[in-house]
Amino acid sequence: MLARQGLGLLRQPITSSLLSHSIKLSSTRLVLNRSISTIKASHEKEQELLIAQRKNRPESPHLTIYQPQLTWILSSFHRITGVALAGMFYALTCTYAATSILGISFDSASIVGAFATLPFIIKLGAKAAGAYPFAFHIFNGVRHLVWDFGSQLTIPGVYTTGYIVLAATGLLGTYLAFF
Amino acid sequence: MFRSILRQSRAFNGTTTRNLATATTTSVTPRIKTFKIYRWNPDTPEVEPKMQSYDIDLNHCGPMVLDAILKIKNEQDSTLTFRRSCREGICGSCAMNIGGRNTLACLCRIETDTAKETKIYPLPHMFVVRDLVPDLTHFYKQYKSIQPYLQTENHPADGRENLQSIEDRAKLDGLYECILCACCSTSCPSYWWNQQEYLGPAVLMQAYRWLIDSRDQASRVRKEMLQNSMSLYRCHTIMNCARTCPKGLNPGKAIAEIKKQLAFD
Repeated sequence: MLARQGLGLLRQPITSSLLSHSIKLSSTRLVLNRSISTIKASHEKEQELLIAQRKNRPESPHLTIYQPQLTWILSSFHRITGVALAGMFYALTCTYAATSILGISFDSASIVGAFATLPFIIKLGAKAAGAYPFAFHIFNGVRHLVWDFGSQLTIPGVYTTGYIVLAATGLLGTYLAFF
Repeated sequence: MFRSILRQSRAFNGTTTRNLATATTTSVTPRIKTFKIYRWNPDTPEVEPKMQSYDIDLNHCGPMVLDAILKIKNEQDSTLTFRRSCREGICGSCAMNIGGRNTLACLCRIETDTAKETKIYPLPHMFVVRDLVPDLTHFYKQYKSIQPYLQTENHPADGRENLQSIEDRAKLDGLYECILCACCSTSCPSYWWNQQEYLGPAVLMQAYRWLIDSRDQASRVRKEMLQNSMSLYRCHTIMNCARTCPKGLNPGKAIAEIKKQLAFD
């Protein structure tokens, strides 16, 4: 800000006799012409202004405006399916532990029996809800292992392996859900 | 070569007005394209950021997005703020999010389909200084933290140059071309969520560039600096970085190579 004002002063021819007067004149003219508000401030005052401005500044938009790309969409699915599968695992083991303490029968045979009585559409839905995330997480996990060896880490490689994972997920998921 | 220069200068003299760098064609039907641009003014912080629309006739505009926003600034709204310098993809100033992906405005062609509007945002998940200008202070500090310069213990025998074989020099290709535009780092969801501690793809690629430089002798210290849970290992191989790099580089691969090196430490 101060530098800008300085540049404005240089544009005006300054004679030594009128020096103080012309500085006043040119700085007012500068404000009128360019409507830039200048604040005379010390270095400390400038830092304070800067910090005050920084407190207010917004964060630019990110997830909501970024183009959907196979790269980060598959990565987010990997995270979500991982969390969901781990959650299912813990839920099942905790239920098993709790029921055995409370003396409720919760063995494989009784679960299978209860599941068999459900209507077909619910059975299919439940199996699909488990099968597709499971298949995806397994295949994408293998994809990550390949990457960790430094292989297929180019954009064509990332996309080819991504589509292979999706196709394999479709096949294995469908097989597990229907058969 | 001399002849081609002569021809160029003759062609240049032939044009009466000097508009933008690229010659524009004139046709009868105007091709009006709408640009929606992110606006925020630090002088009125209470006003929420908003998207402002600008219409441009593509017949009177250069082919790149930078041409369009320069035209808007020159002719429609001089308050529109953005960084730009070289207009040829070597300075990295005009990095922004155009049509949902991070790129340099000067290297990004305007989509000629006038039915679709083009949205322009600043680089994602950064503090906004004003309009399309993000605050890159922290990004530059992270770059400084990896000590991006040659460190040697003993000086060259002839007292002049640190020599390197052609093969060793070739290892730096695809790494040294980075212009630090921050497109890759700000496209990385890991960097969005852990910006304070995770170094991000651009800085890590430079860390790798100094790790594998045959002349550098500080690789032990360089590796120690990365050997923690945050600096390097927040990379989950999402690969948005390589997808978005306007220079066609591959930071994701470089990070994987660092991980491989650290695994055997």
